[in-house]
Amino acid sequence: MDDEKKRAIRKSYLPIFSLCILALAVLMPCYVSPYTIISLNNIFMFIALTVSWAVFSGPSHYISLASAAFFGIGIYVSAILGDSIPFPVIVIIGGLLSFLIAILVGLSSLRLRGMYFTIFTFGLSELIRHSVQWWEVNITGTVGRIVVSVDARTVYYSMLIVVVLTLVMAYFFKRSKYGLAMRGIGESEEATDHIGVNVNAVKIISFATSTFFMGTAGAIMATRWTYIDPAIAFDPLYSFMPVLMAIFGGIGQITGQIFGATALTLLADLLLTKFPYYYNLLYGIILVTVIIFMPKGIMGLRLPSIKRWQEGEAG
Amino acid sequence: MNLGLFIDVLIGGLMMGGLYALIAVGLSLQYGVARVLNVSHGEFIMLGAFATYSLYTLCGINPFLSLAISGPVVFAIALLMHRTMFQRLRKTSPSIEVFEGSSLLASFGLLFIIQNIAMLIWGPDIKGYSYLTDTINIGGAIYALNRLLSLVLAIAIGLAFYFFIVRTRLGKAIRAAAQDANTAQLVGVNIHWVLGLCFGLGALMAGLAGSLISMMYEITPLIGFPYTIIAIIAVVLGGLGNILGSLIGGLILGLVGSIVMYIHPGLSIIAFYIIFLLLILVKPTGILGK
Repeated sequence: MDDEKKRAIRKSYLPIFSLCILALAVLMPCYVSPYTIISLNNIFMFIALTVSWAVFSGPSHYISLASAAFFGIGIYVSAILGDSIPFPVIVIIGGLLSFLIAILVGLSSLRLRGMYFTIFTFGLSELIRHSVQWWEVNITGTVGRIVVSVDARTVYYSMLIVVVLTLVMAYFFKRSKYGLAMRGIGESEEATDHIGVNVNAVKIISFATSTFFMGTAGAIMATRWTYIDPAIAFDPLYSFMPVLMAIFGGIGQITGQIFGATALTLLADLLLTKFPYYYNLLYGIILVTVIIFMPKGIMGLRLPSIKRWQEGEAG
Repeated sequence: MNLGLFIDVLIGGLMMGGLYALIAVGLSLQYGVARVLNVSHGEFIMLGAFATYSLYTLCGINPFLSLAISGPVVFAIALLMHRTMFQRLRKTSPSIEVFEGSSLLASFGLLFIIQNIAMLIWGPDIKGYSYLTDTINIGGAIYALNRLLSLVLAIAIGLAFYFFIVRTRLGKAIRAAAQDANTAQLVGVNIHWVLGLCFGLGALMAGLAGSLISMMYEITPLIGFPYTIIAIIAVVLGGLGNILGSLIGGLILGLVGSIVMYIHPGLSIIAFYIIFLLLILVKPTGILGK
């Protein structure tokens, strides 16, 4: 009884806590330096990528390495449409195009399980990268494109909106019948199928939904980079980083994913400024250490304070 | 297409194919048997290439002779990695699927580590040396001697390894581990040792391939990854865990690459990916699979 009460109180903290963070994020640009805005922007981008990746891959254990493809599609939508139509429309088109392509990918790769799905998504993402590169070199005659830039504050707020929407989507998805079905697929796909869940439809819907947010994030980020080429837009790092961030924080909980994305982005910033020559080396070492010693992430470490927090979220 | 051109494309394809086959057999051991989809496979190729380069330019050691030095070194490094990382991961993972996922990510981290250590040692510049560049004439087409020798050597290593797998007791243990690691353990195979050996042998093949590559092409610390991709495609083409299959897969990719290269130079990597994706969708068990 007492325990339940405590849980209920902790549960009621969550919306208040989230609103405070949101208010802080909205007011932030008025008080901090442009550099902080840019680095916050990066953090938002990776939170959006990680959380949306985990919506599909977290519960189902289908590890997708195609995030870079959908992120890159968003980037190219932004680069091609430029300033011909309003910015918000471009962002939505970027998301929708990713969504549609993800449905096609989902339809074609339904039968694949486990590792085959993973290498298929990776191959797909690389195929798109090389095809775009070939197209640009042989048909358009250039490698890169200039993107019409949008001012930093607009980029910041649009990214914030995307992150909030991603989080809201992930929160409600997890508690919907789709979220439950996805967890069932992760435990045992056959059993889930047998109790009457349309396994294929659930997989495709959640896969496509998660890519919508990757596409919108790409469309927004493109305007900040001003110059893009296929190697930047479809960098395999954008496929691997969300996986790593989710594992680092704890793949099962949204708070864990947010924490993982934030911590690793800050760490990357720090390493990049302090040790520019050893940056990739150190990053590789961290990656390997995390995977070997913390397979369940920070949230999986049985520290008392984290345990309490988890109970609050679960209860 | 006239005969000279046909022979040209064919031999060019076989040369690439021999090399791809060697790399693919290496990855097949690591992925098919040890279940580590080692995306840092290409980095061992790069290490082999740079070891040969350094031994030749600094100590003047014959590149073919340095195969005997760089190979065992790469083997030892890989064996150590398996002992310290992948064996632990395998023991702590609740299922083989989880192990496959986490070992893929761990090897992605290794890719960064090896690549950047190489970058610190040898620098980012393009390096190369010339060795045995005399040419000979076959059927009207002209080939560099080092390329032909590499082809012969790649085939010799491939065949020697094939007989090792098929004829020896250890080879039998490897085949058993590839089919079912748990059952192999039940009938008395020292499974962790065999898996470690396979991982090491896989890296050894990559190292040898790297030595051969250094004779033919210029090298940088970044050359590895494209070869990894080709190896993954060849392994899936031949069927997972099927060592002979990946050898054939490598040869086919070499020939396809050579033909596509003749049609349009930029398209070969795209052709590889299309073959790969179609294959996974249509026949994921590979060309030799049932």
